[in-house]
Amino acid sequence: MTTPAATAAAGCAAPDQAAPLPLSVDLEKETVITGIVQAEGGDPVAGAYVRLLDRSGEFTAEVVTSPAGQFRFFAAPGTWTLRALSRFGNGDAQVTADRGVNQLAVIVSN
Amino acid sequence: MSRDSALVSADWAEKNLNTPGVVFVEVDEDTTAYDGGHIAGAVKIDWRQDLQDPVRRDFVNKAQFEALLSSRGISNDDTVVLYGGNNNWFAAYAYWYFKLYGHGDIKLLDGGRKKWELDARPLVKDAVSRPATQYTAKEQDLSIRAFRDDAVKAIGVQNLIDVRSPDEYAGRLLAPAHLPQEQAQRAGHIPTALSVPWSKAANEDGTFKSDEELAKLYGEAGLDDSKDTIAYCRIGERSSHTWFVLQEILGKKNVKNYDGSWTEYGSLVGVPVALGDEPGKA
Repeated sequence: MTTPAATAAAGCAAPDQAAPLPLSVDLEKETVITGIVQAEGGDPVAGAYVRLLDRSGEFTAEVVTSPAGQFRFFAAPGTWTLRALSRFGNGDAQVTADRGVNQLAVIVSN
Repeated sequence: MSRDSALVSADWAEKNLNTPGVVFVEVDEDTTAYDGGHIAGAVKIDWRQDLQDPVRRDFVNKAQFEALLSSRGISNDDTVVLYGGNNNWFAAYAYWYFKLYGHGDIKLLDGGRKKWELDARPLVKDAVSRPATQYTAKEQDLSIRAFRDDAVKAIGVQNLIDVRSPDEYAGRLLAPAHLPQEQAQRAGHIPTALSVPWSKAANEDGTFKSDEELAKLYGEAGLDDSKDTIAYCRIGERSSHTWFVLQEILGKKNVKNYDGSWTEYGSLVGVPVALGDEPGKA
């Protein structure tokens, strides 16, 4: 069944990364990969570009982190790489995701 | 068309922010990026509010497009420089859209907002207003726009290029992974479509790859230059990016963007759909 909330997502731009998960998101079906981008000292990095790469290293999606450094993807179960680009440097992290919410941090440095 | 006529660099843009006759336009689906800081003097176009009909699924008509550009202070003889977030997806879509309505001089800022931000170039929050103009658009140039029947007829006959991510192509995902996956349409791709994700045409900073790298990319993917080409994605903006590469940078002929894309095709009754990583048979 298509809800109005689902059809409203017809565009392709990344939604607000700090917003709560929409109620229409079914965590028994969705594989959410979320977390924050941090500088080496632990400070969150706002405005970082985070890309989700699939098991072959191919680009799947990209978002810009919220003021608190947050990012969020809706993926599928499996192994993914996150790559962050920022003015404070770049960094990578790997995650093996299952259905539900999968959390991790990506550290960037020059 | 060529790279030199269709693209400008961030350096060029920064030197030409105040050049008369050059109008910078930021295009995004979510214009909070613009409101939080934009290139000095740039006006904004909202992909959803300004370029989509509010009722039907279609573009704004010629008169609405004329009213939009007039209100933004854009003249027919202005050089329009488009840029935006999401690796210029929506800016490339607007570029194609401006071409559709016959704008003369139009360019894309290589790397868009992303390169601009990563370079730490200045962004301002000032409100921008330009004196209104009397813009006159042409009838839509349908030589660059494909409809659903064109896509169905192209199966096994023309080059079809699916520019979504490999997982969307194969049917493992229904949308780009920054969006929830619950969708009405079927998963998969148009049979015989080649998978060439838009991202393979861009560097990590959002700039386009070199002409040589791009020519090699589509050559190795099996694009047949003797055939017409239709590019599609989910809603037509990532495929605008690839349309831009093929027609405007590489100068290929007879390339169309199918703006209905997978959200239309994947909901059609009775059309063939292929699943998995291979193009499939006609």
